[in-house]
Amino acid sequence: MDHTDCSSQHDQRHVGTSSGTPTPYRAGLTRRSFLRRSTAAVGGMAALVAALSPLKDLDVEDMFSVERFLQKHYKELSPEELEKVLERIRAQVERDYKFRPELKDIKATEGVQFVYGLNLSRCIGCRRCVHACVKENNQSRSPEIQYIRVLEIPRGTIDIEHSNHYYDRKEVPDPDSFYMPVQCHQCKKPPCVKVCPIEATWQEADGITVIDYDWCIGCRYCEAACPYWARRFNFAKPTYAQDDEGNYLLNHTMTYLSNRPRQQGVMEKCHFCLQRTRVGRLPACLEVCPVGARKFGDVTDPESEVSQILRSKRIFVLKKEVGTEPRFFYYFDERHPQTKTSAPTVTIEGLEPGGRTGGGH
Amino acid sequence: MNEYARFLWRCFRISFVGDWRYYAWMTVLTVISLLGLNAYCKQLVNGLMTTGMTDQVSWGMYIANFTFLVGMAAAAVMLVIPVYIYRNKELHDLVIFGELLAVAVIVMCLLFVTVDLGRPQNFSHLMRRFNFPISMLTWDVIVLNGYLLLNCHITGYLIFCDYMKREPRKMLFVVPFVLVAIVWAVSIHTVTAFLYVGLGGRPFWNSAIIAPRFLASAFSAGPAFIVLTLQVINRFSHYKIPRQALLTLRQIILVALTINVFLLVSELFTEFYTGSEHIASTRYLYFGLAGGYNTLVPWIWTALCMSSIALIILYLPLARSLRFFNIACLLIIFGIWIEKGAGLIIPAFIPTPLGEVVEYWPTWNETLICLGIWAFGLLLYTIFVRITIPVLAGKLTYDTDYVYKPDGPSAPASLESTAPTP
Repeated sequence: MDHTDCSSQHDQRHVGTSSGTPTPYRAGLTRRSFLRRSTAAVGGMAALVAALSPLKDLDVEDMFSVERFLQKHYKELSPEELEKVLERIRAQVERDYKFRPELKDIKATEGVQFVYGLNLSRCIGCRRCVHACVKENNQSRSPEIQYIRVLEIPRGTIDIEHSNHYYDRKEVPDPDSFYMPVQCHQCKKPPCVKVCPIEATWQEADGITVIDYDWCIGCRYCEAACPYWARRFNFAKPTYAQDDEGNYLLNHTMTYLSNRPRQQGVMEKCHFCLQRTRVGRLPACLEVCPVGARKFGDVTDPESEVSQILRSKRIFVLKKEVGTEPRFFYYFDERHPQTKTSAPTVTIEGLEPGGRTGGGH
Repeated sequence: MNEYARFLWRCFRISFVGDWRYYAWMTVLTVISLLGLNAYCKQLVNGLMTTGMTDQVSWGMYIANFTFLVGMAAAAVMLVIPVYIYRNKELHDLVIFGELLAVAVIVMCLLFVTVDLGRPQNFSHLMRRFNFPISMLTWDVIVLNGYLLLNCHITGYLIFCDYMKREPRKMLFVVPFVLVAIVWAVSIHTVTAFLYVGLGGRPFWNSAIIAPRFLASAFSAGPAFIVLTLQVINRFSHYKIPRQALLTLRQIILVALTINVFLLVSELFTEFYTGSEHIASTRYLYFGLAGGYNTLVPWIWTALCMSSIALIILYLPLARSLRFFNIACLLIIFGIWIEKGAGLIIPAFIPTPLGEVVEYWPTWNETLICLGIWAFGLLLYTIFVRITIPVLAGKLTYDTDYVYKPDGPSAPASLESTAPTP
């Protein structure tokens, strides 16, 4: 594209300039410069095409779908539009995984406040919850995305910074350790929701923080903001195991905001198994727990198990100092000496041990 | 309008003309940019799996470079302030070079953020649902793009006026925008600092000193970069940079770097003297953690040494020699790139909020993307400077038929005579 040959034209143009009239620039096209420029242009284009060549493996339907491009944010979808979106996703799951999912959208019930309690006296660190969760919620198997991380903490401390995340024992529990599973705490003041630039994640009426996987741009700011390390990113397109007949091992019951298959490049996290809990079932991690260390329920119902635990047991929340007011609390078997008879306060502040026990430990 | 289109066309043409050094430089930059583009295409297809990032360390070199470059862009005002506030005439024309640098660097910043996105195809969502003013990232989107527009306007207007041989209407189209740009420059860096500072779950970032330190380091690395660019311009074109300009910049760098070192010492004292558990990340950065986790240790000490040596040089009479001053500038740029890039972003993730230690090291593909963006930014800046110099020198104007020949000391003398003096 160079134009070093213009010196031959130089004299003529020099005249043009000195006569005082603005002469528009015209390329002096000699044969040689034309050839040279064409070669450079062709070479440049070839290099550009070569640079772009990896795009031939791009999943075009995933990248440039008009339907998807025009799709509105979950909260702006009318019921008809939502049904269309669900149908599109069903078709997509059918295309990718060869089965037609029972995909629905289940809304939160007003007046319900889900709360999760975990009994540290009972947890034996078997990690069954971790794997049940992966199966239930259709996380990618390779690389495997897990929502629950079980920490093995030496007895005599409760310092998670010295916990072992990768303990590998033939038998659990180890007598010198206790176990602390951590997952999304569904904070009442979620930092992840605050930082999201496009409102792709928000808190629902029942307290569950959800993600619109179709809206997320994958900036991972929420992942940096979470003090519980509860958010996970799809660094690649999720991959799933198949059985001998080639069927994908996936949970066919799905909802829009929870366990439908995710795309490459979006965030995901624990959502208290809302496809189960919003229709009256219990989370998968709780159901599988062999020792009954996990309790889940509606804190607005004074008779629910979690309400009773909040009234009677010694409880604490993780990283109270970051001010997130989790809906996930830890407790011990021992009853608190001053068990309250009245219902616990509905607000999450009610979870704070200092605020409700009065007596201290 | 017609004239403007012709101006742009001529700018485009001239960017393809130069001597052999220009071609060599541009070819190298183009090749690296294309390699980066190629690497990005691979990332687009396979996902961020191609990077060294993990759920544990979820931001890496992209965001590190972004942070450093925001500072470089902000530093352009350090040339503007002396000119428009203190009426320092030496730096007057140099303002344009500073602001052009800001334009190129902001483009690089935007590219670094874009390549970091998991789903760039959802980019339009930013226009459709904007979590403003709650999310600091939305503030960053606004201030960065606003700064880009401001600088495009100021430089574009001034250069076009020179091209049209018109006296720019300064009080209307320049000065108000420049004054806004000065405040805006501080804001881009403050907002970027707030992006990190506001996260309660990351004690390494959750410190009020980060924003002032950002500014101090930016105002040393940015002018240092400009000093080097100005000398390149001096060397390879007819445009002569007044020596006084470099001396003014030296003063700015000296003050900013001193403040930066002071703030760093304050921060380190607070962290290590308190010795609370929250210093795990700081300890990881400076000394490594038990179990052989010490990837960043040699880097941060290199950075500290570089900053210290530069500071010593600048305080000595030695710095009056251009060679030593240049060495100091290089040390500052590289030192701050480490300190404020990798040294600020990566340790915040190590250990994770649950105490897990996973280290980060960029992959080859990720490194290529970074290099590609750097090369592309330099390419842009070279083109900007290539266009600006003949315009400022009055050689490329609407009524001259600027000959598309290399603009350098090697150009034939006859060219000089055709150029009307401004």
